[in-house]
Amino acid sequence: MQEQKIAYIDLSTGEIRTGHIPEKIRRMYLGGRGIAAYLLYNHVPERCDPLSPDNAFIVSAGLVGGTLAPSSGRCDLAAKSPLTGLLGSSNMGGFFAPELRFAGFDHLVIKGKANTPVYLWVHDGEIEIRDASHLWGKDTRETPSIIRKNHQDEEIKVMCIGEAGENLVHFANIITGTKNAAGRTGMGCVMGSKNLKAVAARGTRDVPISNPEKAFEQLERLSGMIRDNEVFKGFSIMGTLMFHEPSNIIGRLRVRNLLSNQDPAGESLYADKLEKLSIGMAACFGCTVHCRHRYIVPEGPCQGTYSEGPEWSTLGALGTELNVGRMEAILVGNHLLNKYGIDSLEFGSMLSWAIELYEKGIIDDVVTGGVKLDWGDEDMMYQMIEQIARREGLGDILADGPLRAIEKLGEETGFYNLHVKGMSLLHTDERATPAMALGVSTSTRGADHLRSRPGVDAISLPQETRDSLFGFAVPADFHSYEGSGKLVHWHELMFALSDALGVCKFQVFFLSPSTMSSDDYCKLVQYITGMELSPTEMMEAAERIYTMERMFNIREGAGRKDDYPPERYFVDPTPALGLPGFQGKTLDREKYEQQLDEYYQAHGWDNDGIPTPETIDNLGLAKEPTYII
Amino acid sequence: MTKMLVVDHLKCTGCRLCEVVCSVNKNGVSNPARARIAVIGWENICPGIPMMCQQCEMAPCMSVCPVGALTRDENIGRVSLNYDLCIGCKLCVAVCPFGAMGIDAAARRVIKCDLCDGDPMCVKFCETKALQFLDESQAKTAKMRLATTGLSELIRKFAIQ
Repeated sequence: MQEQKIAYIDLSTGEIRTGHIPEKIRRMYLGGRGIAAYLLYNHVPERCDPLSPDNAFIVSAGLVGGTLAPSSGRCDLAAKSPLTGLLGSSNMGGFFAPELRFAGFDHLVIKGKANTPVYLWVHDGEIEIRDASHLWGKDTRETPSIIRKNHQDEEIKVMCIGEAGENLVHFANIITGTKNAAGRTGMGCVMGSKNLKAVAARGTRDVPISNPEKAFEQLERLSGMIRDNEVFKGFSIMGTLMFHEPSNIIGRLRVRNLLSNQDPAGESLYADKLEKLSIGMAACFGCTVHCRHRYIVPEGPCQGTYSEGPEWSTLGALGTELNVGRMEAILVGNHLLNKYGIDSLEFGSMLSWAIELYEKGIIDDVVTGGVKLDWGDEDMMYQMIEQIARREGLGDILADGPLRAIEKLGEETGFYNLHVKGMSLLHTDERATPAMALGVSTSTRGADHLRSRPGVDAISLPQETRDSLFGFAVPADFHSYEGSGKLVHWHELMFALSDALGVCKFQVFFLSPSTMSSDDYCKLVQYITGMELSPTEMMEAAERIYTMERMFNIREGAGRKDDYPPERYFVDPTPALGLPGFQGKTLDREKYEQQLDEYYQAHGWDNDGIPTPETIDNLGLAKEPTYII
Repeated sequence: MTKMLVVDHLKCTGCRLCEVVCSVNKNGVSNPARARIAVIGWENICPGIPMMCQQCEMAPCMSVCPVGALTRDENIGRVSLNYDLCIGCKLCVAVCPFGAMGIDAAARRVIKCDLCDGDPMCVKFCETKALQFLDESQAKTAKMRLATTGLSELIRKFAIQ
């Protein structure tokens, strides 16, 4: 079936060995995020220091990566997270995962620590550890271009870290291409801790397609579904920015940290404002959605440089959280963050927290090193990006991420920091949307909307459609607590599947309910890999992946206590802005507990959030770790 | 009427689905290295520029082929490669100005775009229509029309004045 291999690389000893993935493991964990979950549980020693050589850094291509599956370019990166001390898991688009597969590898398990900076050179079945001392200090743009020049091959695909990763910023990301980022949970920091500057891949090998004729039919059907989709029509022109206007109007944005839920002057950042500055759209591997804006940096020291983005979450982090209301400044900020390799979501949240503390007089000029922290100050924002990348002044404190920075600035500052499990929330306000509040809180990698995105898709659908789609009753009301647990659970499984297959969420349910179903997932897998799984087996695999991630977190000391949104969500009501249902809202503590219980039940976990022995047994996880791969 | 593969470079998003589609269609496997079309990526400059056989009238590959394996097929409007005659000398690879004559390393033979015998698969799956298979005369007029959009507006304004 799959001829691709897994490679184990020890950077301390230089030892490299390879192996194959047994079909049994494929059926249980598929690929991408699924295999990554298994590898983490098996290769990361319990309670190890995330920045120690013991931590395992996993690069994992999706099960159908680089094939006729729509948008099959996603790559999953995993390790124990230096930001949260729990599951580290991040996913990037672009072209890296397919190239890794064409080079003959599906998964890399990287352990140890190199004495001096190195990069991995993966090409047609071979892996070499190469010296990267000449790349250290280079940004995420220069690094790939130097590697390509040295190898005299412009087709090489590179994933690398910038200065932030080298300087062990806890939320340093990994960049591939111009701006595709594995942003969250500090995977770039783990690379930096291993002295691993980059992984470069180039391949000319076959990735088999089990049934080409059927795979073509399925691609035609699925891309037709996307093309006819109303959401796609906006998405392919505006990208994720299309969500900004409706979200601001209804009042579900984090504005100035969490001082407001709506920005009255927010129009300056609506998608149409990018029209003049965008020079067109680009796509990731095999994707018909092409949601990525291209632009020329309009001002500042990098003026005239080609760049891509911003995503809505970056626009939100800078535009609403920090309240920088000028599109040109957002474009400059986006470019700088990518260049240095900093997660924009974490940056926006940490800095807006600091601004609020400064405004309230909780921190002073001594702590900020004389930097005046004001809302919407563009120059201060640029300065802080550099300070964080270089771990200078206040930047050194913020670079530690929520948990350690709160420790440094004092317990009383914790209330104002919006994080779950030590990872910052994105730029949305979930106080009026209980299901989404539950989703960001139960996410196995900390506050996150890409592990589940419940509710949004359900509201506009007729009752019958909702019932047949989910298989259980879901209320149409955005603000309801009822059914939230099941809804979050269902979304978690669907999203785990797309991450395991290596297919972009913008081709599946995330984009719209009228996209791929679990039956479509089964067909794709069958036609491409030859592996036959029923929709039930497919959903079981998703449950196994999610539960295994949960087991990893439990082993590292997490539990029910870590499945709550920020305390502020229960205490501070939203202001009287936005639609009536979004005004004056806090989360109801008692109802939240109930929906958490319901969520655990849906997964087959006990009331402490620990998977029950029956669940573990049913999923075939009783003997883990089994060290099969 | 002869058709031709027309590329609108401004519409290409660089997704490379055409490469995958081509390689699966021709070889039954996904492997861009064995595709007859390549999207040349210019990272940090532009998303991609699709390159394939231009089906030249005065094709250098035809001129240098010592065994006459390359000939013009006017029905489809292409340069055809006859594998029964081809000896795999790769002179055509050397002289093609576009790099469009390739070598399939796995099959040990020279490869080129054959327009899928008149129904190119890459065109079928190109979402933005950066690749189109058009009648030769259409290819020209469509571009002319686009190029004169601004001028037509100017003339209209001038006429009103």
